[in-house]
Amino acid sequence: MEAHSSEIFVIGLTVFVLACIIGYYVVWSVTPALHSPLMGVTNAISSVIIVGAILAAGPSDYNLAKIFGLIGVILASVNIFGGFIVTYRMLSMFKKKSKKRKEES
Amino acid sequence: MPTNLVAILYLLSALLFIFALRGLSNPETSRRGNIFGMFGMFIAIFTTLMFKSVLSYVEIGSAILVGGAIGTFIALRIQMTALPQLVAAFHSLVGLAAVFVAAAAFFDPVSFNIGNFGAIAMSSLIEMSIGTFIGAVTFSGSVLAFGKLQGTISGKPIVFNFQHTLNAIIFIIIILLIVFFVKNQSSTIFWSIVLISILLGFLIVIPIGGADMPVVVSMLNSYSGWAACGIGFTLSNNLLIITGALVGASGAILSYIMSKGMNRSIINVVLGGFGGEQNNISDNENLDKIIKQGNAEDAAYILKNADSVIIVPGYGMAVAQAQHALREMGDILKKEGIQVRYAIHPVAGRMPGHMNVLLAEANVPYEEVLELEEINHDFPMTEVSFVIGANDVTNPAAKTDESSPIFGMPILDVERSQTVLFVKRSMATGYSGVDNELFYRDNTTMLFGDAKKMCENIVKSLN
Repeated sequence: MEAHSSEIFVIGLTVFVLACIIGYYVVWSVTPALHSPLMGVTNAISSVIIVGAILAAGPSDYNLAKIFGLIGVILASVNIFGGFIVTYRMLSMFKKKSKKRKEES
Repeated sequence: MPTNLVAILYLLSALLFIFALRGLSNPETSRRGNIFGMFGMFIAIFTTLMFKSVLSYVEIGSAILVGGAIGTFIALRIQMTALPQLVAAFHSLVGLAAVFVAAAAFFDPVSFNIGNFGAIAMSSLIEMSIGTFIGAVTFSGSVLAFGKLQGTISGKPIVFNFQHTLNAIIFIIIILLIVFFVKNQSSTIFWSIVLISILLGFLIVIPIGGADMPVVVSMLNSYSGWAACGIGFTLSNNLLIITGALVGASGAILSYIMSKGMNRSIINVVLGGFGGEQNNISDNENLDKIIKQGNAEDAAYILKNADSVIIVPGYGMAVAQAQHALREMGDILKKEGIQVRYAIHPVAGRMPGHMNVLLAEANVPYEEVLELEEINHDFPMTEVSFVIGANDVTNPAAKTDESSPIFGMPILDVERSQTVLFVKRSMATGYSGVDNELFYRDNTTMLFGDAKKMCENIVKSLN
């Protein structure tokens, strides 16, 4: 059992380290003008934690964990919808102008 | 749903998140990226709902609807000038959600396949408590940052003796609590970790002043990612680990860029206390110096007769909501055949990229908005620099005065242009508390007043 859980940890660690490296390169390629939308979208995707909350809220009988899970689902949903929508709003402003520009030129 | 299918769908979701970030390398691809992100999230949620153990669709569906409605409502109504507060508030929710998920995993480990209550595997306990700790710190730190940005709490740094010693002691206490928690799995200790971490989050953000907020907001962004990672390890969920790492890396890089923009180390920002004391000595020094003051008509005349203008916006523009009036002014000048561009300092505003969004909101084409490195060498060839609501980021003392607190900070070389127009509410110093020698130069004209009104008056005079 112990050996098994440490194996799982090492797999997780491998994924973690590789993801950090991907994150490093991807984020450096983001243009500084879009740093605010970057915060918006990272905020939305970090709410993928909703996955854990759904699992906790899943069982049909009520207990403390289920209530915590449901609260987690609500909090994360605020972020998911809020984060993606506010990012969409920001990005559509960046979009509008270049269209207008093309029309002008 | 078979385990392997779940793993593959989660992988797909993680890939879509990576593409979402990748899309932001260019405004043209960014919207598609955002849609990738939404798809990724949809797949993640859908896959999880298909789990055998997930039965209460009605409750979960209602919870998503309630949260989603609140989120949508806020996101649609928020003003672009209030974005920094909004982002801080959202970070606090991620932190809090992480704490709740960790608590749920602790009280009902069976649902997560990590053992039975009171007999959870040691590695899961460690990961769980680290996730809880980071989540709780993110929560309270973001709440305080929100208060400071919103203005409910004074933006001034609060500094007291032995502050850092106190934080270090609290940190050690938390580590000890985690050790005890792993040993006896007591719920009292779990809640103690939560409460003390919340306290630590407050104490970390308390000494940090208004101008350092871009760093703090990015740092909390990073923390929220690490919290998700911690939960991901607890649940052995690769999707959470990958996403958490992406977000954590993103926040860390933004913090680095921001502190570099102020020529300070992240540690120095985090320790805080910057920008609190007022620099009275240099105020006295400058008492007998003369400033040249102008009004909107003077400014309009100077601008009209220029060939090239660079506009330097700062936080003051955001506060006064002057971006639309400013763009109007720029449009008139462009019609006159004058080259108009915007120069953005990396730490202008209260969050990374804040100025770019506001200018975009006012329909300024992003091709005309340039970063410090792109435009700084153009100032000597520029006739007029129009500084609006910025101060410290233009202070030449950063290059010449070694005793200045902002020495070494990269600045926009507005003083090299032929004329500087400086829109400002008063002679007050910027957040660093440093006087700006630019005000007293021969080629500087000060335009006192509200940034928005000033732009509107200049527009009137131009017409």
